[in-house]
Amino acid sequence: MSTATSAIDHAAPPESGPRAFLRRMRGGDEVAHLITLVFAATILLITSIMVYELWVRSSLTRSKFGFAFFFSSVWDPVAEQFGAAPFIYGTLVTSLLALAIAVPLGLAAAIFLAELAPRKLSDIIAFLIDLLAAVPSVIYGLLGIFIIVPVMRTVIGPFLKASFSHIPLIGSLFQGPNYGVGFLTASIVLAIMIVPFIISVSREVLLTVPRDQREAALSLGATRWEATWKVVVPWARTGVLGSVFLALARALGETMAVTMVIGNTPKIAASLFSPGYSIAAVIANEFAEASGDAHRSALMELGLVLFLITFILNGFARLLIVATERGGGRPS
Amino acid sequence: MTNLRLAWRKSLNGVMLTLTGVAAFGVVAVLFVILGFLIWNGGTSLNLAFFTQLPRGEGEIGGGMANAIVGSLKLLFLAAVIGLPIGLLAGVYLAEFGGKTFAFVTRYTTDLLNGAPSIVIGLFAFSIAVLPVKHFSVLAGGIALGVMVIPITVRSTEEFLRAIPNSLREGAMALGANKWKTIATVIIPAASGGIITGMLLSLARVAGETAPLIFTALNNQYWSPGLSQPSASLPVMIYIYALAPYDDWHRQAWAAGLVLLALVLTANISCRLILNRKGSSRSV
Repeated sequence: MSTATSAIDHAAPPESGPRAFLRRMRGGDEVAHLITLVFAATILLITSIMVYELWVRSSLTRSKFGFAFFFSSVWDPVAEQFGAAPFIYGTLVTSLLALAIAVPLGLAAAIFLAELAPRKLSDIIAFLIDLLAAVPSVIYGLLGIFIIVPVMRTVIGPFLKASFSHIPLIGSLFQGPNYGVGFLTASIVLAIMIVPFIISVSREVLLTVPRDQREAALSLGATRWEATWKVVVPWARTGVLGSVFLALARALGETMAVTMVIGNTPKIAASLFSPGYSIAAVIANEFAEASGDAHRSALMELGLVLFLITFILNGFARLLIVATERGGGRPS
Repeated sequence: MTNLRLAWRKSLNGVMLTLTGVAAFGVVAVLFVILGFLIWNGGTSLNLAFFTQLPRGEGEIGGGMANAIVGSLKLLFLAAVIGLPIGLLAGVYLAEFGGKTFAFVTRYTTDLLNGAPSIVIGLFAFSIAVLPVKHFSVLAGGIALGVMVIPITVRSTEEFLRAIPNSLREGAMALGANKWKTIATVIIPAASGGIITGMLLSLARVAGETAPLIFTALNNQYWSPGLSQPSASLPVMIYIYALAPYDDWHRQAWAAGLVLLALVLTANISCRLILNRKGSSRSV
């Protein structure tokens, strides 16, 4: 098709009906539109098939156990008894504890990068932090096993035990034998892994806060910290919250690093030193050798739960971030 | 009284601002600690055999991971073949053709797919490529990684296409090209540097993925010819070797970790430097 004819196509007044459609097909535009549309639709298709497969392949345990699946703590593939409570507990504890460590650290670093550091230094540090986010999770697992677990067993664990175990209430978190692997170790590794996400998203959100907000606070006599903490951060809080949800979604779904340091014991224990298990870890460990249909179905159902939770968290996080970057996050 | 309050505010200011700096440099220090340990432990473990020999049996000393290196390359190739075309064309659709509702839904789904846990994508690949044929295969692993490549490629392609000024589109159309010719011969070539860099970044990201491979490509002690057999890969080998009770396997896990990290970081650093030079400060 030569360019001359297509130019004529464009010059002609818009017609309707099948003949015009055919002519535009010959020009190629409609074909290109259609092809790219099909590929875009492929993404929707893949996502739908994913949900469908997880739903159908978990039907066995869904119909057999119903909601009791989430509350039972018996996990016995041989007797075909499946309860997900220990895995859900482990996933929630490690993710929330990781957030408790990573959010203050990440927010502080993001404040430094957005508010204090000169632009050049800020860019270099942000670059290095992006690299940290690119480190594969199995590498974190490797370092976890050989570096963090021994340090936990010999230094951090005994220290925490000596300082907190005799305090009532808090003390129960630090009871029991300390093997090095367990909830606390998994949380620390997770915290290191999600901190880069919190920093880079929060930094970008903080940088969108208008300059006059800072200047107004400073001109009223606020110190630099007060201007940041009482004006800039509240302005950006929706977006920062978005980064936290994004990080939480990452933490919940993180597999390898957690699998390698959590201890892989399906048990619910108050002590943070106790070995535990997480949803992603049990899928990683048991799926390839799943003993039967029921076992496989139970693991698929865990995958479905994980998928839906991260789906909701991610959607929510993106809405919050978009809302702030469009300037909707002003303090009310 | 007021002086005391002012002194308190000033010292709080100093302390908190210092703490933010400590936090930022602390996080960066983690990167160097990771690099340090891997270079120290991995560098002393690397040898020629690692690149040229097959793994030995349980507990035997020596051997290498030649099949895992080839396996990883094969998986990446499959991921590229499966994921990149879908990502590219869907990105073109979003940037150049996209209507309102459908484009919004696609964009949103892409973001959600991007955030889906990699282990769940492994379950998906298992369901569609392992269960029907009843055996683990490198193809299933490639499908899992390919699905992970799609969302990253879509968003970077769309972003770089949007960065092309409209005057280029208008110029091409004024010369008589229709829309698809404009896109294929003017817009995509103009954005090609960024698009290709984005693709490389997406491959670098899935290169280190382990979770979607452990029950799709599984593992293999030997070479894996063709597409229908299980295959070893570097990340899965690191996982298995690190958890095994043999010192020599730990040594090899460190070596594999160093090789993997070197590949991933080199790809990331070069891509990001290229992107920064192009003036796009946004990280992909």
